[in-house]
Amino acid sequence: MLDAGFFHRWMTAAAVLVDREAAHLTELDSAIGDADHGSNLQRGFAAVSAALAKEPPQTPGAVLALAGRQLISTVGGASGPLYGTLLRRTGKALGDAAAVSPADLARALGEGVAAVSQLGGAQAGDKTMLDALLPAVEALGTSFAAGRDAAAAGAEATVPLRARKGRASYLGERSVGHQDPGATSAALLIAALADTAETDGGAA
Amino acid sequence: MRMLINVPETVVADALRGIAASHPGLTVDVENRVVVRRDAPVAGKVALVSGGGSGHEPLHAGFVGPGMLSAACPGEVFTSPVPDQMVRAAAAVDSGEGVLFVVKNYTGDVLNFEMAAELAEEEGLRVEQVLVDDDVAVTDSLYTAGRRGTGATLFVEKIAGAAADEGAPLDRVAAIARRVNESSRSFGVALSSVTTPAKGSPTFDLPAGELELGIGIHGEPGRERRAMMTSGEIADFAVNAVLDDLRPSGPVLALVNGMGATPLLELYGFGGEVHRVLRERGVVVARTLVGNYVTSLDMAGCSVTLCQVDEELLRLWDAPVETPALRWGR
Repeated sequence: MLDAGFFHRWMTAAAVLVDREAAHLTELDSAIGDADHGSNLQRGFAAVSAALAKEPPQTPGAVLALAGRQLISTVGGASGPLYGTLLRRTGKALGDAAAVSPADLARALGEGVAAVSQLGGAQAGDKTMLDALLPAVEALGTSFAAGRDAAAAGAEATVPLRARKGRASYLGERSVGHQDPGATSAALLIAALADTAETDGGAA
Repeated sequence: MRMLINVPETVVADALRGIAASHPGLTVDVENRVVVRRDAPVAGKVALVSGGGSGHEPLHAGFVGPGMLSAACPGEVFTSPVPDQMVRAAAAVDSGEGVLFVVKNYTGDVLNFEMAAELAEEEGLRVEQVLVDDDVAVTDSLYTAGRRGTGATLFVEKIAGAAADEGAPLDRVAAIARRVNESSRSFGVALSSVTTPAKGSPTFDLPAGELELGIGIHGEPGRERRAMMTSGEIADFAVNAVLDDLRPSGPVLALVNGMGATPLLELYGFGGEVHRVLRERGVVVARTLVGNYVTSLDMAGCSVTLCQVDEELLRLWDAPVETPALRWGR
């Protein structure tokens, strides 16, 4: 079972991974966006880490809700509300259980991803974070590692797509041939989840 | 890349401190990133709050003051502000007559302002929103996030601000703002890429002798790249793109806007060409504004925005305004 500590470690791992990959995310964003995705997420997840350290919440749901609120309050752009909604809604779906199973998490994450889709109005194939998150949610039913692989593959699969949402959509055909920065950061979030599970001793 | 900055992390806060020092008519909350006209809330008047990424100066903080915005929320460079800023701004300027959010059509701005409107309404404020989406370079709105909001933002904020100043109620101010947006179209051209402080190198690579047509204001590349054109050829392309979409049946306001790094010598020359094309197309120009108003950091280039006006909109446009960047009639 996964307790609040696990979710805390997941968010911390995500912050470390985003920090490490920030320049890469910004590089991807400069090809089809406005070159700030890395620095924006870096700022957001730093705030998440600080908030969680200051007053560690006692349940998985509360950890994600707090993290989501921090992202909405600090990231800005589209990523703030979208990632914030993802974590908040996932947290809400987990309820106030003290610990949850990996299957509970996969289901809750599915609800979070659905909320992101509704908020941004995007679907699979629009070249957004959903192209990593949707396959990840499917695969998480099998294992954390499968979720990580599916998210990474989903992010890579955005390269030939034409963007239909977000700032890249303004480029039309010129958005083709570039990996979507949002899908890439979403894959990092799922990778951090799998890394945390493996560090915890193969909790999948 | 040489920039007049301390460190990339503090460019927005540093600029806000400078705005505070330079404009005693404004109250600047540097920590929470809210710029408010000093006399707000103005009793009996609807308040206007706008905001968006930084890097478009003087938009938006430069348009705060009597006759225009009540408050502005600057986000990080090219990044929408967060709902907390917008709610704080709305609460600071609301006199009880309600608040109009002026939102440019970018996914981030739309989402954050929507969240802010919800939160503000939970706090008992009345909020209306107007979405600015004037950029004709975005041709297939069904398959994109919709038209971008660019130069028309200035027209919306000035004219709706004047309506609010006259004491029009919230629904009326919102309706006028929407009418201005529907009557406005823009087209932009880049002669160089921007360099954001965080990245420190040009966002896109534009070889010498080429230009980007149909750019936005965030350093995102345009829709098309061509060999360099003359000022007259660019005016032909941009103005015709706007007119073919707007099809005005009356006089227009013209904004000849610099993107940040193009000198006024060139902008005025371009403005003359814009007037030539409009003359050739039989369009009467009621007023013209030439300068750097809706910019994109150090990008060279320009945009043209036209707004078809009737007597009411023209009267509101001419009404007094007193902001750091726009000032007349007082």
